[in-house]
Amino acid sequence: MDMLVLSLNGEQREFPGALSVAELVAALELDVRKVAVELNREIVPRSTYAMVRLRSGDCLEIVHFIGGG
Amino acid sequence: MDAHVTAKDDWVVAGRSFASRLIVGTGKYKDLPTTAAAIEASGAEMVTVAVRRVNLSDPKAPMLQDYVSPARYTYLPNTAGCFTADDAVRTLRLAREAGGWNLVKLEVLGPPPTLYPDMPATFEAAAALIKDGFEVMVYCSDDPIAAKRLEEMGCVAIMPLGAPIGSGLGVQNPLMIQMIIQNARVPVLVDAGVGTAYDATFAMELGCDAVLVNSAIALADDPVLMAQAMKAGVEAGRLAFRAGRIPRIGAASASSPMTGLIR
Repeated sequence: MDMLVLSLNGEQREFPGALSVAELVAALELDVRKVAVELNREIVPRSTYAMVRLRSGDCLEIVHFIGGG
Repeated sequence: MDAHVTAKDDWVVAGRSFASRLIVGTGKYKDLPTTAAAIEASGAEMVTVAVRRVNLSDPKAPMLQDYVSPARYTYLPNTAGCFTADDAVRTLRLAREAGGWNLVKLEVLGPPPTLYPDMPATFEAAAALIKDGFEVMVYCSDDPIAAKRLEEMGCVAIMPLGAPIGSGLGVQNPLMIQMIIQNARVPVLVDAGVGTAYDATFAMELGCDAVLVNSAIALADDPVLMAQAMKAGVEAGRLAFRAGRIPRIGAASASSPMTGLIR
Protein backbone atom coordinates (compact mmCIF):
# COMPACT_ATOMS: atom_id res chain seq x y z
CA MET A 1 0.00 0.00 0.00
CA ASP A 2 1.19 3.54 -0.75
CA MET A 3 2.41 5.74 2.08
CA LEU A 4 0.07 8.48 3.21
CA VAL A 5 2.00 11.76 3.12
CA LEU A 6 0.46 14.61 5.06
CA SER A 7 1.48 18.13 6.01
CA LEU A 8 0.81 18.35 9.76
CA ASN A 9 1.25 21.76 11.36
CA GLY A 10 3.72 22.64 8.65
CA GLU A 11 5.73 19.37 8.87
CA GLN A 12 5.74 16.55 6.30
CA ARG A 13 4.76 13.29 7.99
CA GLU A 14 4.35 9.81 6.48
CA PHE A 15 1.89 7.16 7.65
CA PRO A 16 1.80 3.50 6.51
CA GLY A 17 -1.72 3.35 5.13
CA ALA A 18 -5.15 4.95 4.95
CA LEU A 19 -6.35 7.05 7.87
CA SER A 20 -9.44 8.96 8.92
CA VAL A 21 -9.07 12.17 10.93
CA ALA A 22 -10.14 10.20 14.03
CA GLU A 23 -7.42 7.59 13.39
CA LEU A 24 -4.82 10.31 12.81
CA VAL A 25 -5.68 12.08 16.07
CA ALA A 26 -5.44 8.73 17.88
CA ALA A 27 -2.13 7.87 16.15
CA LEU A 28 -0.72 11.22 17.29
CA GLU A 29 -1.84 10.39 20.86
CA LEU A 30 -3.86 13.61 21.12
CA ASP A 31 -6.90 14.07 23.34
CA VAL A 32 -9.69 14.56 20.85
CA ARG A 33 -11.65 16.79 23.27
CA LYS A 34 -8.83 19.34 23.48
CA VAL A 35 -7.95 19.95 19.83
CA ALA A 36 -9.49 21.36 16.67
CA VAL A 37 -8.57 20.28 13.16
CA GLU A 38 -8.46 22.21 9.92
CA LEU A 39 -8.12 20.22 6.67
CA ASN A 40 -7.01 22.15 3.60
CA ARG A 41 -8.15 25.38 5.30
CA GLU A 42 -11.63 24.02 6.14
CA ILE A 43 -12.74 23.20 9.70
CA VAL A 44 -13.41 19.51 10.30
CA PRO A 45 -16.31 19.23 12.76
CA ARG A 46 -15.43 16.85 15.60
CA SER A 47 -18.57 14.81 14.94
CA THR A 48 -17.25 13.91 11.47
CA TYR A 49 -13.67 12.83 12.36
CA ALA A 50 -14.41 9.13 11.80
CA MET A 51 -15.94 9.77 8.37
CA VAL A 52 -13.31 12.11 6.91
CA ARG A 53 -10.67 10.08 5.03
CA LEU A 54 -7.25 11.65 4.46
CA ARG A 55 -5.39 11.65 1.16
CA SER A 56 -1.74 12.16 0.38
CA GLY A 57 -0.99 15.85 -0.01
CA ASP A 58 -3.62 16.91 2.51
CA CYS A 59 -2.62 19.84 4.65
CA LEU A 60 -3.75 19.79 8.28
CA GLU A 61 -3.56 22.24 11.15
CA ILE A 62 -4.17 20.79 14.60
CA VAL A 63 -4.53 23.43 17.32
CA HIS A 64 -5.39 23.77 20.98
CA PHE A 65 -5.79 26.53 23.56
CA ILE A 66 -2.69 27.93 25.23
CA GLY A 67 -2.08 30.83 27.59
CA GLY A 68 -2.73 34.21 26.00
CA GLY A 69 -3.90 37.71 26.81
CA MET B 1 -26.70 46.76 55.19
CA ASP B 2 -28.85 48.63 52.68
CA ALA B 3 -30.42 46.50 50.01
CA HIS B 4 -28.55 48.34 47.25
CA VAL B 5 -25.20 47.65 48.93
CA THR B 6 -25.79 43.91 49.01
CA ALA B 7 -27.69 43.71 45.71
CA LYS B 8 -26.13 41.79 42.87
CA ASP B 9 -24.13 43.98 40.54
CA ASP B 10 -23.58 41.62 37.61
CA TRP B 11 -22.68 42.81 34.15
CA VAL B 12 -23.98 41.21 31.01
CA VAL B 13 -22.27 40.61 27.69
CA ALA B 14 -24.05 38.90 24.80
CA GLY B 15 -26.74 37.69 27.18
CA ARG B 16 -24.27 36.08 29.60
CA SER B 17 -24.08 37.39 33.14
CA PHE B 18 -20.90 37.73 35.20
CA ALA B 19 -20.38 38.78 38.83
CA SER B 20 -16.64 39.42 38.47
CA ARG B 21 -15.68 42.54 36.56
CA LEU B 22 -12.09 41.38 36.16
CA ILE B 23 -11.19 39.34 33.09
CA VAL B 24 -7.70 37.87 33.14
CA GLY B 25 -5.34 36.70 30.46
CA THR B 26 -3.57 33.35 30.75
CA GLY B 27 -0.35 34.32 28.94
CA LYS B 28 3.18 35.13 30.13
CA TYR B 29 3.06 33.06 33.35
CA LYS B 30 6.19 31.12 34.32
CA ASP B 31 4.22 27.86 34.50
CA LEU B 32 0.72 26.40 34.45
CA PRO B 33 0.36 25.87 38.24
CA THR B 34 1.08 29.60 38.82
CA THR B 35 -1.42 30.45 36.07
CA ALA B 36 -4.09 28.39 37.84
CA ALA B 37 -3.33 29.83 41.30
CA ALA B 38 -3.34 33.45 40.12
CA ILE B 39 -6.56 33.06 38.18
CA GLU B 40 -8.21 31.47 41.18
CA ALA B 41 -7.05 34.38 43.37
CA SER B 42 -8.31 36.95 40.85
CA GLY B 43 -11.89 35.77 41.20
CA ALA B 44 -12.26 36.08 37.41
CA GLU B 45 -14.97 34.08 35.68
CA MET B 46 -13.77 34.76 32.13
CA VAL B 47 -10.22 34.16 30.86
CA THR B 48 -8.64 34.96 27.54
CA VAL B 49 -6.80 32.19 25.72
CA ALA B 50 -4.79 31.91 22.52
CA VAL B 51 -5.06 29.30 19.77
CA ARG B 52 -1.83 27.64 18.60
CA ARG B 53 -0.54 24.54 16.87
CA VAL B 54 -0.30 21.45 19.07
CA ASN B 55 3.30 20.36 19.66
CA LEU B 56 3.17 17.05 17.82
CA SER B 57 6.56 15.94 19.14
CA ASP B 58 5.25 16.11 22.72
CA PRO B 59 1.52 15.33 22.60
CA LYS B 60 1.37 14.42 26.29
CA ALA B 61 2.68 17.83 27.47
CA PRO B 62 0.29 19.41 30.01
CA MET B 63 -2.31 21.64 28.42
CA LEU B 64 -3.90 24.84 29.70
CA GLN B 65 -7.25 23.07 30.01
CA ASP B 66 -5.77 20.65 32.55
CA TYR B 67 -5.08 23.60 34.90
CA VAL B 68 -7.72 26.18 33.95
CA SER B 69 -10.88 24.22 33.38
CA PRO B 70 -13.21 25.42 30.60
CA ALA B 71 -16.01 23.92 32.68
CA ARG B 72 -15.28 26.45 35.43
CA TYR B 73 -14.07 29.49 33.47
CA THR B 74 -15.55 31.01 30.36
CA TYR B 75 -12.83 30.79 27.71
CA LEU B 76 -12.56 33.88 25.56
CA PRO B 77 -10.39 32.85 22.60
CA ASN B 78 -8.36 35.70 21.13
CA THR B 79 -6.75 36.43 17.80
CA ALA B 80 -3.34 37.37 19.20
CA GLY B 81 -0.67 37.02 16.56
CA CYS B 82 -3.12 37.64 13.71
CA PHE B 83 -2.15 40.56 11.53
CA THR B 84 -4.84 40.15 8.87
CA ALA B 85 -8.62 39.77 8.94
CA ASP B 86 -8.29 36.42 7.17
CA ASP B 87 -5.96 35.03 9.86
CA ALA B 88 -8.29 36.26 12.62
CA VAL B 89 -11.35 34.58 11.10
CA ARG B 90 -9.49 31.32 10.48
CA THR B 91 -8.11 31.25 14.05
CA LEU B 92 -11.49 31.85 15.67
CA ARG B 93 -13.23 29.25 13.51
CA LEU B 94 -10.74 26.75 14.93
CA ALA B 95 -11.33 28.10 18.45
CA ARG B 96 -15.07 27.70 18.03
CA GLU B 97 -14.57 24.08 17.01
CA ALA B 98 -12.17 23.44 19.91
CA GLY B 99 -14.35 25.14 22.51
CA GLY B 100 -17.81 25.12 21.03
CA TRP B 101 -18.10 28.77 21.98
CA ASN B 102 -19.17 31.81 19.94
CA LEU B 103 -17.97 34.58 22.25
CA VAL B 104 -14.52 35.72 21.14
CA LYS B 105 -11.99 38.51 21.53
CA LEU B 106 -10.92 40.10 18.29
CA GLU B 107 -7.59 41.87 18.20
CA VAL B 108 -5.71 42.79 15.06
CA LEU B 109 -2.50 44.56 15.94
CA GLY B 110 -0.12 46.70 13.99
CA PRO B 111 3.63 46.05 14.03
CA PRO B 112 6.04 46.75 16.93
CA PRO B 113 6.96 48.96 18.66
CA THR B 114 3.38 50.24 19.15
CA LEU B 115 1.37 47.03 18.58
CA TYR B 116 -1.46 49.54 18.33
CA PRO B 117 -4.84 48.20 17.15
CA ASP B 118 -4.94 48.16 13.33
CA MET B 119 -8.42 49.62 12.99
CA PRO B 120 -9.03 49.11 9.24
CA ALA B 121 -8.09 45.42 9.61
CA THR B 122 -10.14 45.23 12.83
CA PHE B 123 -13.25 46.52 11.03
CA GLU B 124 -12.76 44.03 8.22
CA ALA B 125 -12.30 41.10 10.62
CA ALA B 126 -15.23 42.18 12.82
CA ALA B 127 -17.52 42.27 9.78
CA ALA B 128 -16.41 38.79 8.67
CA LEU B 129 -16.74 37.30 12.17
CA ILE B 130 -20.18 38.79 12.82
CA LYS B 131 -21.36 37.46 9.46
CA ASP B 132 -20.05 34.03 10.48
CA GLY B 133 -22.13 34.04 13.69
CA PHE B 134 -19.49 35.05 16.24
CA GLU B 135 -20.19 37.32 19.19
CA VAL B 136 -17.28 39.71 19.02
CA MET B 137 -15.68 41.54 21.94
CA VAL B 138 -13.32 43.88 20.14
CA TYR B 139 -9.98 45.35 21.16
CA CYS B 140 -9.70 48.81 19.67
CA SER B 141 -8.08 52.21 19.80
CA ASP B 142 -9.45 54.77 22.29
CA ASP B 143 -11.30 56.51 19.46
CA PRO B 144 -14.98 57.26 20.18
CA ILE B 145 -15.92 57.27 16.49
CA ALA B 146 -14.28 53.90 15.80
CA ALA B 147 -15.82 52.48 18.99
CA LYS B 148 -19.31 53.59 17.99
CA ARG B 149 -18.88 52.15 14.50
CA LEU B 150 -17.83 48.77 15.93
CA GLU B 151 -20.92 48.80 18.16
CA GLU B 152 -23.17 49.65 15.21
CA MET B 153 -21.65 46.78 13.23
CA GLY B 154 -22.81 44.42 15.99
CA CYS B 155 -19.82 43.94 18.28
CA VAL B 156 -21.03 42.85 21.74
CA ALA B 157 -18.36 44.68 23.76
CA ILE B 158 -15.93 47.49 23.03
CA MET B 159 -12.46 47.13 24.54
CA PRO B 160 -10.28 50.22 24.06
CA LEU B 161 -6.68 50.09 25.17
CA GLY B 162 -5.74 52.10 28.25
CA ALA B 163 -2.11 52.22 27.10
CA PRO B 164 0.07 50.12 24.74
CA ILE B 165 -0.25 46.40 25.43
CA GLY B 166 2.14 45.23 28.14
CA SER B 167 3.31 48.79 28.92
CA GLY B 168 1.83 48.95 32.43
CA LEU B 169 1.29 52.69 32.04
CA GLY B 170 -2.36 52.80 33.11
CA VAL B 171 -5.14 54.72 31.36
CA GLN B 172 -3.38 57.40 29.34
CA ASN B 173 -6.45 59.11 27.91
CA PRO B 174 -9.26 58.99 30.47
CA LEU B 175 -11.29 61.62 28.62
CA MET B 176 -11.61 59.44 25.51
CA ILE B 177 -12.37 56.31 27.55
CA GLN B 178 -15.13 58.24 29.30
CA MET B 179 -16.54 59.51 25.98
CA ILE B 180 -16.59 55.96 24.64
CA ILE B 181 -18.46 54.80 27.76
CA GLN B 182 -20.99 57.63 27.57
CA ASN B 183 -21.74 56.89 23.90
CA ALA B 184 -21.95 53.10 24.21
CA ARG B 185 -24.96 50.85 24.64
CA VAL B 186 -22.80 47.73 24.94
CA PRO B 187 -20.24 47.00 27.69
CA VAL B 188 -16.97 48.93 27.55
CA LEU B 189 -13.84 47.32 28.98
CA VAL B 190 -10.36 48.73 29.33
CA ASP B 191 -8.09 46.13 27.76
CA ALA B 192 -4.31 46.60 27.80
CA GLY B 193 -2.11 48.97 29.73
CA VAL B 194 -3.00 48.20 33.33
CA GLY B 195 0.19 48.14 35.43
CA THR B 196 -1.01 47.87 39.00
CA ALA B 197 -4.20 47.71 41.06
CA TYR B 198 -4.64 51.49 41.04
CA ASP B 199 -4.89 51.49 37.23
CA ALA B 200 -7.73 48.96 37.35
CA THR B 201 -9.48 51.01 40.04
CA PHE B 202 -9.11 54.15 37.95
CA ALA B 203 -10.55 52.46 34.85
CA MET B 204 -13.54 51.23 36.86
CA GLU B 205 -14.07 54.66 38.41
CA LEU B 206 -14.38 56.06 34.89
CA GLY B 207 -17.40 53.79 34.47
CA CYS B 208 -16.00 50.82 32.59
CA ASP B 209 -18.08 47.64 32.86
CA ALA B 210 -14.98 45.50 33.39
CA VAL B 211 -11.20 45.46 33.01
CA LEU B 212 -8.96 42.94 31.27
CA VAL B 213 -5.54 42.31 32.81
CA ASN B 214 -2.76 39.92 31.89
CA SER B 215 0.86 41.14 32.10
CA ALA B 216 0.39 43.13 35.31
CA ILE B 217 -0.56 39.92 37.13
CA ALA B 218 1.52 37.34 35.26
CA LEU B 219 4.79 39.29 35.45
CA ALA B 220 4.42 40.65 39.00
CA ASP B 221 6.98 39.35 41.51
CA ASP B 222 4.11 37.51 43.21
CA PRO B 223 1.36 36.89 40.64
CA VAL B 224 -1.08 35.38 43.14
CA LEU B 225 -0.82 38.41 45.44
CA MET B 226 -1.18 40.80 42.50
CA ALA B 227 -4.24 38.88 41.32
CA GLN B 228 -5.82 39.51 44.72
CA ALA B 229 -4.84 43.19 44.49
CA MET B 230 -6.46 43.47 41.05
CA LYS B 231 -9.63 41.85 42.33
CA ALA B 232 -9.81 44.34 45.21
CA GLY B 233 -8.88 47.23 42.90
CA VAL B 234 -11.62 46.45 40.41
CA GLU B 235 -14.17 46.08 43.19
CA ALA B 236 -13.09 49.36 44.81
CA GLY B 237 -13.32 51.22 41.51
CA ARG B 238 -16.74 49.82 40.75
CA LEU B 239 -18.08 50.73 44.20
CA ALA B 240 -16.64 54.24 43.93
CA PHE B 241 -18.23 54.68 40.50
CA ARG B 242 -21.61 53.57 41.82
CA ALA B 243 -21.25 55.71 44.94
CA GLY B 244 -20.57 58.87 42.89
CA ARG B 245 -17.43 60.77 43.71
CA ILE B 246 -17.39 64.33 45.06
CA PRO B 247 -16.68 67.09 42.56
CA ARG B 248 -13.11 68.32 42.18
CA ILE B 249 -12.98 71.93 43.41
CA GLY B 250 -10.12 74.36 43.34
CA ALA B 251 -10.47 75.39 46.99
CA ALA B 252 -10.27 73.95 50.49
CA SER B 253 -13.35 72.87 52.40
CA ALA B 254 -12.90 71.94 56.07
CA SER B 255 -14.11 68.51 57.19
CA SER B 256 -14.96 69.58 60.75
CA PRO B 257 -17.70 72.09 61.55
CA MET B 258 -16.52 75.62 62.32
CA THR B 259 -19.40 76.13 64.79
CA GLY B 260 -19.51 75.15 68.48
CA LEU B 261 -15.83 75.82 69.05
CA ILE B 262 -14.72 76.33 72.67
CA ARG B 263 -13.76 79.82 73.60
